[in-house]
Amino acid sequence: MKLFDKIKSKVIGLFLKENLKFTLISIFIGFLIGSMTLAVAGFNPFRAYAIMLSGVFGRLNYIAWVIIRSTPLILTGLSITFAFKTGLFNIGAEGQFIIGALVAALAGYFIQLPAIVHIPVVILLAASAAALWGGIAGYLKAKFGVHEVIATIMLNWIALYLTNFVVTLEAVQIPARPVSHNIQPTASLMFFQQWKVTEEGRAWLLDNFLAREILRTPFNAGILFAVILAVVVWYILKHTTLGYELKAVGLNKHAAEYAGINVQKNIVRAMLISGALAGMAGAFHVLGNTQRIAILAAMEGFGFNGIAVALIGGSTAIGVVLSAFLFGALQYGGTKIQLALGAPTEVINIMIGTIVFFIAIPRLIKILLAKFSKKRGEDNA
Amino acid sequence: MKSIDFSVKAVEMKNIVKKFGDFTANDQINLTVHKGEVHALLGENGAGKSTLMNVLYGLYQPTSGEIFINGDKKDIIDPNAAITCGIGMVHQHFMLVETFTVAENIVLGMEPTKKGLLDMAKAIKNVEEISKKYGLFVDPNEKIYNISVGMQQRVEILKALYRGADILILDEPTAVLTPQEIKELVQIMRNLTEQGKTIIIITHKLKEIKEVADYCTIIRRGKYIDTVDVSKTTESELASKMVGREVIFEVEKREKEKGKLSLKIDNLVVKNNRGIDAVRGLSLEVFEGEILGLAGIDGNGQSELIESLTGLRPVVSGKIHVNSKEITNKTPLSILENKLSSIPEDRQKRGLVMEYSVAENMVLENYRVKPFSNKGILNHDEIKVFAEKLIDKFDVRTEGPTQVVSALSGGNQQKVIIAREVTNDPDVLVAAQPTRGLDVGAIEFVHKALIELRNENKAVLLVSLELDEIMNIADRIAVIYEGVIVGIMDAKDANENKIGLMMAGGAKDEAI
Repeated sequence: MKLFDKIKSKVIGLFLKENLKFTLISIFIGFLIGSMTLAVAGFNPFRAYAIMLSGVFGRLNYIAWVIIRSTPLILTGLSITFAFKTGLFNIGAEGQFIIGALVAALAGYFIQLPAIVHIPVVILLAASAAALWGGIAGYLKAKFGVHEVIATIMLNWIALYLTNFVVTLEAVQIPARPVSHNIQPTASLMFFQQWKVTEEGRAWLLDNFLAREILRTPFNAGILFAVILAVVVWYILKHTTLGYELKAVGLNKHAAEYAGINVQKNIVRAMLISGALAGMAGAFHVLGNTQRIAILAAMEGFGFNGIAVALIGGSTAIGVVLSAFLFGALQYGGTKIQLALGAPTEVINIMIGTIVFFIAIPRLIKILLAKFSKKRGEDNA
Repeated sequence: MKSIDFSVKAVEMKNIVKKFGDFTANDQINLTVHKGEVHALLGENGAGKSTLMNVLYGLYQPTSGEIFINGDKKDIIDPNAAITCGIGMVHQHFMLVETFTVAENIVLGMEPTKKGLLDMAKAIKNVEEISKKYGLFVDPNEKIYNISVGMQQRVEILKALYRGADILILDEPTAVLTPQEIKELVQIMRNLTEQGKTIIIITHKLKEIKEVADYCTIIRRGKYIDTVDVSKTTESELASKMVGREVIFEVEKREKEKGKLSLKIDNLVVKNNRGIDAVRGLSLEVFEGEILGLAGIDGNGQSELIESLTGLRPVVSGKIHVNSKEITNKTPLSILENKLSSIPEDRQKRGLVMEYSVAENMVLENYRVKPFSNKGILNHDEIKVFAEKLIDKFDVRTEGPTQVVSALSGGNQQKVIIAREVTNDPDVLVAAQPTRGLDVGAIEFVHKALIELRNENKAVLLVSLELDEIMNIADRIAVIYEGVIVGIMDAKDANENKIGLMMAGGAKDEAI
């Protein structure tokens, strides 16, 4: 009972916080304006949102899909948040994601180990490679003052073409198809991946509606890791000297330097960790969902969407988890509108873009609200 | 005083209340300023002076209360409305475009044009005209980054006058000026009031109020205390009204033999940001149990010297020793570990992480060690206990250790830094302008802390632009000019004129 009271007061406290209030209002306004774009394009926004709502919550497997889609966004969102706390804008989460996915696909296919060892080895390799990828930008910034935004944008392109090159190697590519070989089953994070397609599994699932719903999707353990990592990130930032130093550098590097904190070292550390988080996003995406990587015509946007996720999440670990779910739901629900209303993808993307745009700018909303209430105040006077 | 026209109330603020959330910055404040008067607004840091003036200038909207300008009620909704009412404000931090010329800055936003094109010749002529009219001489063609701070201030004043200001608000106008420039500013203010302008200055320097102001309104903790005729009051009366208690100006300091050599600087050369030698072969010794005051006009190498002592700026040549251990070009951490601590020149840039809490700032140099952390995990409880102890000991006015430091007044922010640095138990303390921007109450506190450290047989190097401060608490006084020491003397033998001359580069030989 005591614990319950404590949680209750915490939750209430959270809602009283200005930022959260404005985020919620911004989300509402985002949906409002999003509905206008739909209306302008000639679609009924009420129907569209109704479809979206039932398309996200209507069935258990829909919810499972939202979770699957949200998993990499949680991690890229955490990656960007982490760098941001040190005052760095990691545009390179996209490239680090690609590197993580590439290494996971390779290590998942070529290395043969029992699952209990294979999975951690693959994750570790992917995270390390992506950490180095991010670390390059960190090192360039610390050593030569190269702006991390420029460095990471370039590294994104290098990562993209590197992956495309590697996938076309004979040993990697499935002949005549633009994809790599699937990873070994021992590296997969998908729940009951083998069993659910066996005779026995199918028979059991036929009798168990809930499990059947969920296992129709590539539901996987990635979400557990993502949530655990969110807790780890929160703990590092809040409770360790590492987090204390990183934040001090981000908030005021002059004072940090004065107090004897090595600013350069912390910039590199932040980028290493940020890269590792984005790389794990790529790894879980491959190990849990796609099982392989494909030749990419363009970047998939997991890293870029992570920026929006981090922004909406207000740069807190818990906020990132929640906003990643919102983002995943929007993306998945958007596809449903497309099917049901026959709205072109572009309109749906404009709608999602509009919603995100307004969600991501609670500051603007704050200013607008202040103006509005001031005007009203004057009328009364 | 003859310029005051008592029949016209240039500014009348009635019952101004300004709240920020639960915090009341201004509580029923009244202010009446007559035409042609210099009116000082006096109060401690955080008393609400700047808030009141920001209300007058339209930067804040009052929660309640009325403003009358020349007898007419006005709603000043933004600075543009204030300018229309003839109010101009010169902020403490100048708002000038560095790469523009003086004339360009003054006419910015109201440029004279000819056929839609900028008429620079006319602009320069206009600037020269008002410059002559008010005795504010500037070179209209000089770039801002090339002129001194005092000149930049004149440009700001001219900018306000160019926009037709009759009422000038000057926010802490002397904080950045040299003694000579202050004298000039006083003269400028007199010229302006003779021409019928009204001036409000925000300040906490009592000496200046006595020198230049006609009337003075005192605010304490957001409340109106009194308005006094400056000619009929004393500095100590003003001080006690401002602080709410008696203030002791003279610091008590017992005689003390100086001990062994603690900080030794040998032939030091340090470059400034532009790559030019700013410290040029400076040598200086500070002994245990003494406060050595380093006097000098801003920009003579003090900042570069301090930064090289604390490891923030590379030493080109020369050596620094603390207790005969060399610390030249060591990292800031290693210098701290060698027992040299410092109170930084710019507390908000170097001294504090403004978004961190009071407690977090208090362990900024000690978070790595037990009991504040163990194996990389912070011990928030120990940090809090430690912070509570320091808050108590150093009388930091705060809601508590978890309050963010940016919410504290300047004086209390400085107390946080001093608490931290003194508790480091340093052998040498470099105090760079430790009382800049503080009110008398806080200054008294800082001076006491420095003297206490000296009495505990520590070496204190006090770098200050305030000659009064150095004369007041230093045991020995060194004068820095163009990056070298041009004279050292016992404080007992010092006289203000001699030091003033040395600070300006004259009378070198005499002193050494």
